[in-house]
Amino acid sequence: MPTFGPQHLWFLLQAAGWTLALSAIAFIGGGLLGFGVALARISQNRVVRGLASAYVQVVQGTPLLILLFMIYFGLAIAGFDQLPALIAAGAGLTIYASGFLGEIWRGCIEAVPKTQWEAAECLAMSRWQRLTRVVLPQAMRLATAPTVGFLVQIVKNTSLASVVGFVELSQAGKLINNSIFQPFIIFVTVAMFYFAICYPLSAWSRGLERRLNVGRR
Amino acid sequence: MTYQFDFASLLPYWRDFAAGVWLTLQLSAVATVLGFVGGALCAIARADGPPWLKRLVGAYVEVIRNTPLLVQIFLVYFGIAVLGLRVDATMAAVLALVVNVVAYTCEIMRAGIESIHKAQIEAGECLGLNRRQIYWHVVLRPAIERVYPALVSQYVLLMLASSICSQISAEELTAVANRIQSDTFRSFETYIVVGLVYLALSFVVRWAFWGFGLLVFTRRRKLGTAL
Repeated sequence: MPTFGPQHLWFLLQAAGWTLALSAIAFIGGGLLGFGVALARISQNRVVRGLASAYVQVVQGTPLLILLFMIYFGLAIAGFDQLPALIAAGAGLTIYASGFLGEIWRGCIEAVPKTQWEAAECLAMSRWQRLTRVVLPQAMRLATAPTVGFLVQIVKNTSLASVVGFVELSQAGKLINNSIFQPFIIFVTVAMFYFAICYPLSAWSRGLERRLNVGRR
Repeated sequence: MTYQFDFASLLPYWRDFAAGVWLTLQLSAVATVLGFVGGALCAIARADGPPWLKRLVGAYVEVIRNTPLLVQIFLVYFGIAVLGLRVDATMAAVLALVVNVVAYTCEIMRAGIESIHKAQIEAGECLGLNRRQIYWHVVLRPAIERVYPALVSQYVLLMLASSICSQISAEELTAVANRIQSDTFRSFETYIVVGLVYLALSFVVRWAFWGFGLLVFTRRRKLGTAL
């Protein structure tokens, strides 16, 4: 029986690349969609606000695993059964990330004092100008630390993409384990890969938080 | 799209769904209680323990928080098997969930403990409270009260994350769904139903914690202050 060797390590390293790629897709897609969600959450239109709120509730109230299954089978039903697993996984993680990022960013936008809105209004700015020139730049400062923190969640949750057949780090570990059954060393190695990706992000997020001193407001 | 939705074929399986919900709730409840106790102990150790213990708990928290739950579950499940012990999937799932949630609880509680002003502790000393009394009445209880909303969010996330236990065939709600969809070939419908069930569960759990909070944290209402 073969043992854990360099060829397995190489396979895991490649899979780590896919984990990073999937994380990037989820972050960019989730960021764009989440920005829309954040704006909809602070919209002046009650219906838009309500819809966005319901969206967030649903995304945050269902497990990512179920979301991935729904998208996977939903796409198949819609006739896209030849799509690569990356699409289903990317779509699922995008929706997941948008629900959480949207809510994080809404909090940051609302944390900007109301007087800033009012002052901008006194300068005869339109609502859009007030938002983009006055409020968002300040909200962005608050948002960096929690956003980087959420990146860690995204990277960790890409591990669930294995359920729709996408071979990322966890799935690669499982495949190796199926062939040589040395779970301890394999999954410790997999965990170390994740740690190597996530820990710097966590430390960065903490550093940002300290620098902005957000916690002590 | 010509797909015919057929939710009716899932009806005969309602007993299985109910059993899945029950196991999901049991898993979450056990992990929440043990996680809370363990997390509180870890937070105390991290705040006031000897240096080596502080570092140990710190390392544990960092490792758990920076690796996926799925990998932790695999490690526990297969790891125990390699050690030669026979543990069923549900036990392994509980163990992994507890190990996971202790770390998150510890981090949240630590923030709470750190938010207690030093003057409060000094005031407690002036009133002649002993160390343990100070810890319980002045530090821990107000700290828990302050971070209670964050803890609730974490435990709701835990309930949702328990779905990952389906990957080692612990027969909770998601695993039941996986089995039913392969029996009925009604995959999309099954996961829609299960998604709605989880959504309902997350509301129920949130309300339950809210009610529990009202029962436990009476001090704030008596004083009429925001702590």
